[in-house]
Amino acid sequence: MRDTKFTSRSPLLAAYSTLVFAFIYLPIVVLILYSFNRDGVGGFPPRHFTLDWYRQLFSDSAIWDSVVNSLIVAAASVAMSLTLGLLAALALDRANFPGKVLFRRLVLLPLILPGIITGLSLLMFAVFAGMQLSLFTVFLGHGTALISVATTEIFAGLQKLDRAQEEASLDLGATPWQTFWRVTLPNLKLSLIAAGLLIFTLSMDEIAVTFFLIGRDNTLPLEIWGRLRRGITPEINAISALIFSVSVALIVVWYRLRARTMRSSPR
Amino acid sequence: MSVAGAISPQKAPGSSAPLLEIHDIAKRFGQTEVLRNISLQIASGEFLTLLGESGSGKTTLLRLIAGFEQPTSGQIWMSSERLDTLPPYKRRVNTVFQNYALFPHLSVRENVAYGLRVKATPKHEIAVRVEDALGMVKMKDFVEARPATLSGGQQQRIALARALINRPKLLLLDEPLSALDANLRKKMQSELKTLQREIGIAFLFVTHDQDEAMALSDRIALLRNGAFEQVDSPREIYSHPATAYAAQFIGQTNLLRGEVRGDYASCGAIRICPVRGPDGPATFSLRPEAIKGALDATIGTPYMTFKATIRQQIYAGATELLEVDCAGQLLRVRVPAGEPLHGEHAFVFSPRDAVRIRD
Amino acid sequence: MYSRTYKTLVAVPPLLWVGVFLLLPYALMFAHGFWLVRDGFLVHQWNVQNYRALFTNPLYLQVFLRTARIAASVTLCSLLLGYPLAYYLSFHAGPRKEFLYQLVIIPLWVSYLVRGYAWKTILGSDGVLNGFLQYLHITREPVSFFLYSPFAVILVLTHIYTPFVFLPIYAALEHIPRPLVEASQDLGANRSATFLRVILPLSIPGLLAGAAFAFVLSLGDFLAPLLVGGPSATMIANIVQSLFGAAYDWPLGAAISVCILLITISLLFATERLEKRWSFK
Repeated sequence: MRDTKFTSRSPLLAAYSTLVFAFIYLPIVVLILYSFNRDGVGGFPPRHFTLDWYRQLFSDSAIWDSVVNSLIVAAASVAMSLTLGLLAALALDRANFPGKVLFRRLVLLPLILPGIITGLSLLMFAVFAGMQLSLFTVFLGHGTALISVATTEIFAGLQKLDRAQEEASLDLGATPWQTFWRVTLPNLKLSLIAAGLLIFTLSMDEIAVTFFLIGRDNTLPLEIWGRLRRGITPEINAISALIFSVSVALIVVWYRLRARTMRSSPR
Repeated sequence: MSVAGAISPQKAPGSSAPLLEIHDIAKRFGQTEVLRNISLQIASGEFLTLLGESGSGKTTLLRLIAGFEQPTSGQIWMSSERLDTLPPYKRRVNTVFQNYALFPHLSVRENVAYGLRVKATPKHEIAVRVEDALGMVKMKDFVEARPATLSGGQQQRIALARALINRPKLLLLDEPLSALDANLRKKMQSELKTLQREIGIAFLFVTHDQDEAMALSDRIALLRNGAFEQVDSPREIYSHPATAYAAQFIGQTNLLRGEVRGDYASCGAIRICPVRGPDGPATFSLRPEAIKGALDATIGTPYMTFKATIRQQIYAGATELLEVDCAGQLLRVRVPAGEPLHGEHAFVFSPRDAVRIRD
Repeated sequence: MYSRTYKTLVAVPPLLWVGVFLLLPYALMFAHGFWLVRDGFLVHQWNVQNYRALFTNPLYLQVFLRTARIAASVTLCSLLLGYPLAYYLSFHAGPRKEFLYQLVIIPLWVSYLVRGYAWKTILGSDGVLNGFLQYLHITREPVSFFLYSPFAVILVLTHIYTPFVFLPIYAALEHIPRPLVEASQDLGANRSATFLRVILPLSIPGLLAGAAFAFVLSLGDFLAPLLVGGPSATMIANIVQSLFGAAYDWPLGAAISVCILLITISLLFATERLEKRWSFK
């Protein structure tokens, strides 16, 4: 199959694809390159290498406060949306209840809706419920919106899980509770990790929903956003380059984990 | 067994108190009736096979006994304990699943130990019993392997060990050999039978393969469209099929349709005498091997004879199958392999071999 | 095989949560659309003034149309970039396929903000692009129209949504059984005929899903216009955002949001129907 004419090289398409890749990566490369440029953002070519912007960044306490805030929100969102996403996926897979179709669509809606809708509706809810805008409201926003990611990912995992696995467990004398912990969850491990990592990064990066729910304490993207309004500085390049590296590191971790899990159970 | 026997409650042979009793079970999924009027008894140590085509309800019946489905009506009892109201994990019944359902995230040892571990059995006892169970299926060398690295036959053995370690009173096997290739399958059949004799646990075995059912079973319960067609020993079911379906599903047969008058029956050009039973339209099953060429026949009296023209001759090694035409009626005859045959020949059979059946 | 208790236990918490934190907020948004603001205070008085204003004031219609134009451009550009890339990877990339696939995925994990910001540093009047052009002596003065224009918004959004569009198309292409392609060639179709008559039709559900995604998300975007768009590229979500901020007219903002929501949902619904018609299973 691999040797048929159809899968052979086609230079024009290859060249076009290379250009698309260039387009996708150009901004990221520029960003990282200029984070080491002494003369700051802009100008061509970048001339003098420096680590000054990183030094400045590391002594910038406002940035690091916002990083801590983001980490707190992201961790809480992961815990929240994984728990509810797991339950929602189980319910969608196994239970029949009135309004199930509506429920499925509703859960998935934030995934496809522009962030402004989710953000604003929760803002109105917060005001209606008399809540102060704070990191907690941001967490509510992230957690609720990202249940969609967890549900999709875990539901896909459940579909791959052979029902006979759980039946075998019950058959061998395990109670439903034991079966859940010993068979269902271990089989969903990969989906749970994938969803967790995805939710974590999405929450760390989230800005459209956060925009409307933020109180006095900024998350990292909002801190950057605030600075951008005041003009661009190479310091932002530096933090962006760091964010990029962490994202890539997370992806690598994820693929390693997946490869290892796949190897130990090829099916 | 008489024709009427097929519809009376299916009694387990021998022992006084049956191990498992199924009372008039019915099962519906929505509008579709999957099982109806199912009554059956299984004796301790018996090897009973549920035989039927796909969709006949055999797997559903197995799942009712295992507890994965609830009967719509009727009851299941095991040693005077009501079974159908218990959840699967409280039943002294274990299952070997069709595709084994080994846990992919656990090693062979952990798979086999699973049932004991969830019941918090002491560690040293688990170790001993895992060793025993794996020895029983000759898989001691594979304790640390992951299921995915094992062949189909090996996985099958592990699935057996994993079920048997719990010392069930009844083992359910859902087409456990269907995923294996023909040779391995034959080998596993004989191992399974030997193992069952040794440990003396009752087996309820599901299959759609009649040869497998014949080779393994003490009794066969033949299912058709959710109801029992016949429940009998393989010999009885073969030599005295209760219905046309049973006769055709198990082995090959000729169905002779005709009219009974007094002590003889005429089915087209073929006469059967003597016959018993009421006058009127009747169907008889006559196995191909019960018909013999008139020349090489060593058959006692009385015997019936008819003439027929050879239409086809299909060679099958030791025997060959003839398709013959007796005054417009096509019959199959199994004879020892010999010379090519042509034209008209005389055939004989004993009237005892023509079994009157329900159509 | 699952007991009632089990089903109740797994269904109730997410149902409650979604009811309180998703359904109720959406309901509140609908309600706000029918309220109004008087003397800087929200008045819970039911009326349709906001919707009337929406349909009578030409400004809103104009912005709506511009937004739709921008979103359509983004969708088209993302498809033009994403489809050939997906096709190349699925059919022609050979052993490097898996690696290249990961290479497309990585930017998905990289912050929206980071990517928007990067374009800002490239397009600005003292940005990288201008520096580059002057370095090559193509231009002498900095060109200022790169940034703060609808063009910049389209560029940034295309950059962000191309991987999103790529994903479903690639998945659809990967699901095409290869014997079909071989059968087509066997029956005498050349490469382009095979593409047009077999591959393209079978990849349409993926294409539709990707297009819907890009369009809907662009439609509700307010960050790219703020970042690189400027006044000439104000989109409908920017109006909403300012109504919820400085302009303080939540009811009108909510009414517009409801419109965005309804357009989004009906678009997704329509796409779903179309996808079903084009899936042959």
